[in-house]
Amino acid sequence: MPAEIVVIGGGLHGCSAALHLASEGYKVTVLEKDYVGRHASGVNAGGVRRLGRHPAEIPMSMLAWERWNRMKEIVGDDCGFRPVGQVMVAENDTDLELLQERENLIKSMGFNHEMMISKNRLNKMIPDVAPSCSGALLCEGDGYANPYQTVIAWKCEAEKRGAVFCERESVQDIDKKSSGWCVATNLKTYEADIVINCSGAWASEICDKIEEPVPVSPESLMLMVTERLSKFLTPVVSATSRPLSFKQFENGTTVIGGGIKGRFDTELQVAETQLTGLADNADTVVSLFPFMDKVKIVRAWAGVEGCLPDNIPVLGPSNKHDDFYHAFGFSAHGYQLSPITGEILVDLIKGKESRVSISSFSISRFSGSASYSQPEYNESSFLAKVPTGDI
Amino acid sequence: MNHHEVVVIGSGPAGMAAANTLLKYGLKPAVIDEQPAPGGQIYRSIGESPIRDSNVLGKDYWYGKKLVGTFNNPDIDYYHSTSVWQITKNLEIGVLKNDHAWMIKAKYVILATGAIERPCPIVGWTLPGVMTAGSAQILLKSSGVVPSGPLVLAGSGPLLYLLAAQYIRAGVDISTILETTPKKNYIKACRYLPKSLSNYKDIVKGVGLINEIRKAGVSHVKNVIDIRAEGNGELEKVVWKESGGSGWKSTNAATLLLHQGVVPNTQITRAIGCEHYWDDVQLAWRPKIDNWCETSIKKLAVAGDGAGIVGARASEIQGKISALGAVMSLNSLSGFEIKKEYDYLKAMLKRECSIRPFLDTLYRPSADWRLPSDDTTICRCEEVTAGEIKEAAKLGCKGPNQTKSFTRCGMGPCQGRVCGPMVSEILASVNGQSIDDTGYYRLRPPFKPITLGQLAHAAEE
Repeated sequence: MPAEIVVIGGGLHGCSAALHLASEGYKVTVLEKDYVGRHASGVNAGGVRRLGRHPAEIPMSMLAWERWNRMKEIVGDDCGFRPVGQVMVAENDTDLELLQERENLIKSMGFNHEMMISKNRLNKMIPDVAPSCSGALLCEGDGYANPYQTVIAWKCEAEKRGAVFCERESVQDIDKKSSGWCVATNLKTYEADIVINCSGAWASEICDKIEEPVPVSPESLMLMVTERLSKFLTPVVSATSRPLSFKQFENGTTVIGGGIKGRFDTELQVAETQLTGLADNADTVVSLFPFMDKVKIVRAWAGVEGCLPDNIPVLGPSNKHDDFYHAFGFSAHGYQLSPITGEILVDLIKGKESRVSISSFSISRFSGSASYSQPEYNESSFLAKVPTGDI
Repeated sequence: MNHHEVVVIGSGPAGMAAANTLLKYGLKPAVIDEQPAPGGQIYRSIGESPIRDSNVLGKDYWYGKKLVGTFNNPDIDYYHSTSVWQITKNLEIGVLKNDHAWMIKAKYVILATGAIERPCPIVGWTLPGVMTAGSAQILLKSSGVVPSGPLVLAGSGPLLYLLAAQYIRAGVDISTILETTPKKNYIKACRYLPKSLSNYKDIVKGVGLINEIRKAGVSHVKNVIDIRAEGNGELEKVVWKESGGSGWKSTNAATLLLHQGVVPNTQITRAIGCEHYWDDVQLAWRPKIDNWCETSIKKLAVAGDGAGIVGARASEIQGKISALGAVMSLNSLSGFEIKKEYDYLKAMLKRECSIRPFLDTLYRPSADWRLPSDDTTICRCEEVTAGEIKEAAKLGCKGPNQTKSFTRCGMGPCQGRVCGPMVSEILASVNGQSIDDTGYYRLRPPFKPITLGQLAHAAEE
């Protein structure tokens, strides 16, 4: 009999796990406390980005990018992916040096997807960018996609392959049995051979239930969308030393984000926007694109995402229990990676080696503690300054 | 950031009465309003009406003059032409005036943001030449502008009669009134007539308006069950069907004014997260309020039509009651000290509202108007039809927030003000769930347009 697998969390990573495991013949049940794609997965800014990623994430991100390019084959829907490129602009000489360092780092790792471009080329790509921008780092083939379309496409394809989604069911208890697990929700109890924790911002609650605490915390990440404008911007733009992610969709609206944090209301479990961060974000856009000064904001919102102190996810087996796996804490840049997490989980569950190195993402780096002090990853001081939010 | 003890948002009857009452108890309120002058929609432009003949707008309009007179007091910090684009749970209010955005912090907030017209899309409602009766009345009050003919008024509710009478008095030709009040509503409403007699004045006024229309000889078609606006690039004719009638009838028209009553403007109470419930008689979402008009969020009150349609006079009384609530809360007065006034106001409110069950039942729009045909556009901003919402429901869309993701319905500049109530009703009916369970859009700031440049500076002060 095929193993029964319970996936906790109906976000993108949960759907990716469900699709790939169901394809392999496993009997998969996804438990989702709200509805599929309700939080970070469905309301993020949709950045499909390899540019500026943490070195540990690059190999995985490259594989995921390959999947994005043939998304229609995988889920029957292109998920709105538009490979318009992503550029990180330098606003001054210090920025320019940082971007150069970054290009060198990428090359030294054997990759060549991020490359410096001159002021001239930048101006040709983005005629409206402020003259103060002296160059940029470009990643061709990156772009954006439609988050909700993506999560629904993955869910529907997973269902076609036999996965079952249970919405409005929140996990209350997880009990280890002599073999396998017993997962109780507000409505039912499920027996499973294997459990996968894809619960994003709520991962810490799930980890506490199996006594494997991690310092993952729910963060509220803010975004703004403006009125429709005639086409002026093709690639997605970020800044080097200020948080920003700025893109124009085909319908003419622009979306402004970049991982700026609002407030998370723990009582109501919802993310709230906060003025100061939004105002700084608006200021950044206006300084890079002065004409945006007069453009109206249609809506500002915040989504909640699980963030880890070192800003890279936990992905891999539990360090404490057999038959329990984690895939959470993507820290506001998990959207692009989601197509690959399901494949990695299939490898692990089948007892094979992961198709790409995930050693940096082991939960053991927190040694079973919900507090975290010593940063383990500091290969590049540059990373601390790179905006990491795609949400 | 400015600091104020009590901030009143809106200067219609509820807002003005709240401000005057606060002043009486020694609190100097700030009042914020989008309009250049106090009065709200009901007493719009009353200070400098362009209409010389006072008969045109009628006595109920001119009653507002006294209220505005008391409101013009230097102890009230009146921010006119100022829009509110955000309020947080900590009662920090983001405001915008003449390109300048800043924050005001309050200890108590009274929302007196009134009502909006119930959206009632029909096929062709987005054609130039089609507008709502309420906006046409605002043009009349503020600029003395009347629509070009042939003019058709269509729908149901007191405002439709009032506007028709005001046009007649102003000498405007009305080609046809298409009355959509369902026949069975008359029978149902009769049950509430005896109780509404304690507010007999309003009934007498209503009958008077209908008589005025009849005497003017305006063609008044009753029991209309479907209306379409037709034309090539602009409105050319209005076609309709009558109950029991055979086929479509039509009349040429340059202007069609639609109206299906008003519903509370819950934009702010929704955005801030107040609890709401669906009122199945008024067919509208209402924020939950207590005896002192306080919402589920402490120190945030709603007075007037924003908490449920009560009309101008009752709104004025609720404004006073909400002010007493603020006074109690901030000055820690016990209820005893103001009990006499409170009791008096409550009795008046009861009398004033006695007509509501009758009016709400009589003018309750039938499902024909609330659940539009599949080919009707319901979200004008993103051009989404009722049929597309039903399609999304079949794909598993249970609530309005998923509708946004499925269809972009409600994601345009109006933030779902127009399509919101209909989307909740359509989803509830297709999914076979209650409207309360279906819920409403999560609303997002900014409530009113603000530019990136204005926002960038808002946090500095």
